[in-house]
Amino acid sequence: MDNAILKCLSINKRYGDVQALTNIDLTVKKGELFGLIGPDGAGKTSLFRILTSLLPADSGTAVVNGLDVEKDFRELRRQIGYMPGRFSLYQDLSVEENLNFFATIFNTTVKENYHLVSDIYRHIEPFKNRRAGKLSGGMKQKLALSCALIHKPTVLFLDEPTTGVDPVSRKEFWEMLKNLKEQGITIIVSTPYMDEAGLCDRIALIQHGKMLSVETPDRITAQFPHKLYRAESKNNYALLGALRQNPEVKSAYMFGEYLHVVFKDKLPHYDETNSKSEDNTQIVFNEIEPCIEDCFIALMNE
Amino acid sequence: MSIVIETQELTKKFGAFTAVDHISFSVEKGEIFGFLGANGAGKTTAMRMLCGLSKPTSGKGFVAGYNIEKESEMVKKNIGYMSQKFSLYEDLKVWENIRLYAGIYGVDGKLIPRKTDETLSKIGLSGEKNSMVKELPLGWKQKLAFSVAILHEPRIVFLDEPTGGVDPITRRQFWEMIYEATERGITVFVTTHYMDEAEYCSRVSIMVDGRIDALDTPHNLRTQFSAQNMDEVFRRLARKAKRMDT
Repeated sequence: MDNAILKCLSINKRYGDVQALTNIDLTVKKGELFGLIGPDGAGKTSLFRILTSLLPADSGTAVVNGLDVEKDFRELRRQIGYMPGRFSLYQDLSVEENLNFFATIFNTTVKENYHLVSDIYRHIEPFKNRRAGKLSGGMKQKLALSCALIHKPTVLFLDEPTTGVDPVSRKEFWEMLKNLKEQGITIIVSTPYMDEAGLCDRIALIQHGKMLSVETPDRITAQFPHKLYRAESKNNYALLGALRQNPEVKSAYMFGEYLHVVFKDKLPHYDETNSKSEDNTQIVFNEIEPCIEDCFIALMNE
Repeated sequence: MSIVIETQELTKKFGAFTAVDHISFSVEKGEIFGFLGANGAGKTTAMRMLCGLSKPTSGKGFVAGYNIEKESEMVKKNIGYMSQKFSLYEDLKVWENIRLYAGIYGVDGKLIPRKTDETLSKIGLSGEKNSMVKELPLGWKQKLAFSVAILHEPRIVFLDEPTGGVDPITRRQFWEMIYEATERGITVFVTTHYMDEAEYCSRVSIMVDGRIDALDTPHNLRTQFSAQNMDEVFRRLARKAKRMDT
């Protein structure tokens, strides 16, 4: 990829007996909104810390914005923004003091780059004299994002910005990211919420330190290797047990109000003949399009 | 059906701020009751009152038949609790955590070794008995924490965002554990930010600005709000919120 802004090759990282990252190759294009999707412990934070020069890899190379993350770390740190998963601003400084502090460290002023953060910062500006430690979760998140942006980074790394955040606030946060992308900032964001994958240009699915797949969300779902069906009954839990007993069924799992089912045969005689649930109502299997979470489950089971 | 949680106009004020605003609802034995709401809607405050950890400003609440204000110690004895943020001691071994919690909840000392083995074998962690909890993957920890929270066969277990950040397969295994517990008659009171999990609940309440603005089965809520799924129901209600997430 010639318009790559981030490229890493064969990154490995081990902590004692734990292999945190195994041969990670990754390329991110300039201007992309790139998602790193995976559960806790998948290695997302380790990879972020390596890419932001905060943690040396055991082996492999990573170049961000043309700068080597080890050799050129000083210059690199001027050009990137990083919002760690754990709130790491100064709790005993006020909202305004934190923002001024980060602007000053990067040799700039809040005034100079206010246009970049205004959309986000205006939500917390009414509380600018409040200490950061006294802010709610949602407000801390907005302040942290403002501080990571105030020096106009070319690449922004956001480590699980929406973990523990309710669905409405999560949606708002992704709207902000879309606006930042339009201003030309490359954004690399990690999340354990599979439903956020669809909001990214491309995603990497990561589990146990290995990349399961790197693609656009549409292509990942198109690569789902089976026909997927959904079923429902008055007692989904009982139906789930029955389906798992059935030798025709490859896998069955809960998915919201439905069960998702994959059959062993490509053309199951199930979808015509139907099975019977406990209360003798017909169970209908409808073929559906898989979503990212279905793909993640299938890849984990491989 | 017997009622195991009941509140009447339950209210909590912090100064001029009404965190929980006259909520009235009841939960029946064996239900999985989903307690939803945006950050700052008052869920944690309400849950703390139900667990006997915080006194209501006004109104009443009964949990497992005990008055949450006057008999909070009896409430605590009859419930189990786990949260994502804190559940087990990281620097104790797996069996030591079980031993500790079993002791705190008053499980007969003679039964603890057998209960420990049974619990671990049921969740497939028999081989980890002597592992430090901090060495376990999050998903295993959460399954263990849930088993520990119901070790003393409480009447109700409170789960505060038990599956945050857990991988999609373990998350589902966790919910299957919840279903198993309800089949044994344990009532489950659970908060979550995963809207697919709201669908797994028998009934769901949605808090907005300290009040319960909706309460019904997921199916009925979808019908009531002409929504495709619970995510849509939630967004429609939570958007009405006037309160800043403070």
